[in-house]
Amino acid sequence: MTFARLVEGLMPHLIVVPILLPMVTAAVMLLLGDTRRPLKAIINVLSCVLGVGVAIALIYWVQRLGGPQAVGVYLPGNWPVPYGIVLVVDRLSAMMLLLTSVLGLGGVLYASARWHKAGVHFHPLFQLQLMGLYGAFLTADLFNLFVFFEIMLTASYGLLLHGSGWARVRSGLHYIAMNLMASSMFLIGVAMLYGVTGTLNLADMAIMVPAIPENDRGLLHAGAAILAIAFLVKAAAWPLNFWLPMAYSSAAAPVAALFAIMTKLGVYAILRVWTLLFPQDAGVSALFGGPVLVGLGLATLTFGIIGVIASQHLNRMVAFCAIVSSGTLLAALGFGQPAVTGGALYYTLGSTLAVSAFFLLTELIDRTREVEDNPIYVSEVEPDDSFAYPVDLAPVRDVNLDDDEEALFGRAIPAAMAFLGLAFVVCALTIAGLPPMAGFVGKVVMLSALLNPGGFGEQAPVSLAAWALLALLVVGGLLTTIAMSRAGVRYFWAPQGRAVPRLRIIETVPIAMLLLLIGALVWQADAVLRYANATARSLHDPREYIGSVVSTKPLPSPHTTGEGGLRR
Amino acid sequence: MEVILAIAIGILGGCGVWLVLRPRTFQVLMGLSLLSYAVNLFIFAMGSLSHDKEPIVQPGVLPNLENYTDPLPQALVLTAIVIGFATSALFLVVLLASRGLSDTDHVDGEEPDDGTGHVSIGSAAAAPPGESEEGRQA
Repeated sequence: MTFARLVEGLMPHLIVVPILLPMVTAAVMLLLGDTRRPLKAIINVLSCVLGVGVAIALIYWVQRLGGPQAVGVYLPGNWPVPYGIVLVVDRLSAMMLLLTSVLGLGGVLYASARWHKAGVHFHPLFQLQLMGLYGAFLTADLFNLFVFFEIMLTASYGLLLHGSGWARVRSGLHYIAMNLMASSMFLIGVAMLYGVTGTLNLADMAIMVPAIPENDRGLLHAGAAILAIAFLVKAAAWPLNFWLPMAYSSAAAPVAALFAIMTKLGVYAILRVWTLLFPQDAGVSALFGGPVLVGLGLATLTFGIIGVIASQHLNRMVAFCAIVSSGTLLAALGFGQPAVTGGALYYTLGSTLAVSAFFLLTELIDRTREVEDNPIYVSEVEPDDSFAYPVDLAPVRDVNLDDDEEALFGRAIPAAMAFLGLAFVVCALTIAGLPPMAGFVGKVVMLSALLNPGGFGEQAPVSLAAWALLALLVVGGLLTTIAMSRAGVRYFWAPQGRAVPRLRIIETVPIAMLLLLIGALVWQADAVLRYANATARSLHDPREYIGSVVSTKPLPSPHTTGEGGLRR
Repeated sequence: MEVILAIAIGILGGCGVWLVLRPRTFQVLMGLSLLSYAVNLFIFAMGSLSHDKEPIVQPGVLPNLENYTDPLPQALVLTAIVIGFATSALFLVVLLASRGLSDTDHVDGEEPDDGTGHVSIGSAAAAPPGESEEGRQA
């Protein structure tokens, strides 16, 4: 098969491509200056499509070609393992890469309709944020993780402020302050772990942990807990999540759609570090902090559900849906059972796609209300009127390269309301976890694993926390359904005689793409679940990961051996 | 040495946390800066605090922190300082934008009217016209 041979030939260098591609794209777009937005939009879309392709190739590699050792290791500086930075792609990383790249593609397609004109440097910032996300998912070095977190966060500060306005500046101020505090926590945690173990490489650290003297174990636990605080801020765990509803609901729609992955990055970091340092066979430290994760997850879930039902505005409601999704994940992962983790990973895919699509959809639905208030808002005569940017940043109309295409895209699609309504129903069903959507499948898998801790047919005691999670998920599903129905009635049924909003095709494509992917998740539920369960098993038994990383040798220099430098 | 450094980190961190919890944006910025100093010193301290120890492993001598200085934390500190600078500068920009848009330096952009009469210099009511004009331009 040619694709297989291509992927095989490009490995292991394919691992570093998700980081280099956005970086180079961002640099090229910065060189282009700020006036050539249509060209930059095209470059950005192409780069995102390539990113999706690379992510698919990596998934294909870990799933099919990796064989039993489904872990790809790359040494960017060709230093021996515990000393240099290591990039690792395993099933979890590859899955998160694909999810991120899909959200990125959706966001940039949507933004190229209007939003990228609302301020300067949208496209480079977007690519840099993708670079930070990809890097954080790929790195296997704790300090390198910090660096990629900061790249992602710095780009996200710029993106959050994109479009300006008082609401964004205000929530941005809180968001930045909160994240700077979290970064301090991150550094303290990393320093303590380094002080105890003497290494920053996660796999090496995992080897050191069982050998730590009893006197230092308290320090190790304290360091890990402080590090977890930094991750929990990103993951929007209660009580560290009060910044989120403001920030996400005031961000521009495509930005918020990409931000949907950021809470999952926090969850990912917790899962990665926690399963590596404190696996089930780690003796005294086994599953350290698991009950705390479950407790925090349940609290976050409760907080999110109350927020969803209490929200008056649609985008605030979606922001709380992101919190609900985070809380569910934290609580489910905290149990430390591979079967539950597998269900949670499946749930991650569905809920992230749904939240992201919902953020995009929210803006289009809001437009139905603005049609009557301000007809110019969607008029094609002056599509730029709705943005209050400084005069000198306004795009010159003659320079607008795809003016013809704009006219094409600007045509209102028929049955706009039907599309909006249908998309709303799919999002609502997925987020509320009702059949037949992906949220339901994920919840069923998680709960059936929780209620049968010893496997099907085995009598094993079910913990109180598991019952609590069951109750919260069921009640939460009900309350979310109520909130969604209320919003649906208010936005689609109640209004009388409103003009139909004009949607551009380019704005509906990303939403349709994300929703079709949710459909594909249900359609291919068996294959995805098998992948998720394999991921969970290798997470909870990290010997394969550690072995692959530690056994990777740097390439010999071509001058000393006379061999080609590219052979492994 | 250890005691002095520990006390210094404690004072910096304590002042930083106190300032971050204050309601004025500039105080928050100063607090974040102090906190990052404390964190940087903390990372630095992880590489042992001894004089005259080279970061070179000698043959025959056990390579632990009693016999040599670990150079890695210093490299980490350098990275952390650079990143801290950049993000603080970014925060400063947003701070100025917020001050300009809201005419106040309260972190929420509005003065609490709790009747304490706690109106700051930066608020629209108390500031002389010239200053609030300047704020709007910022």
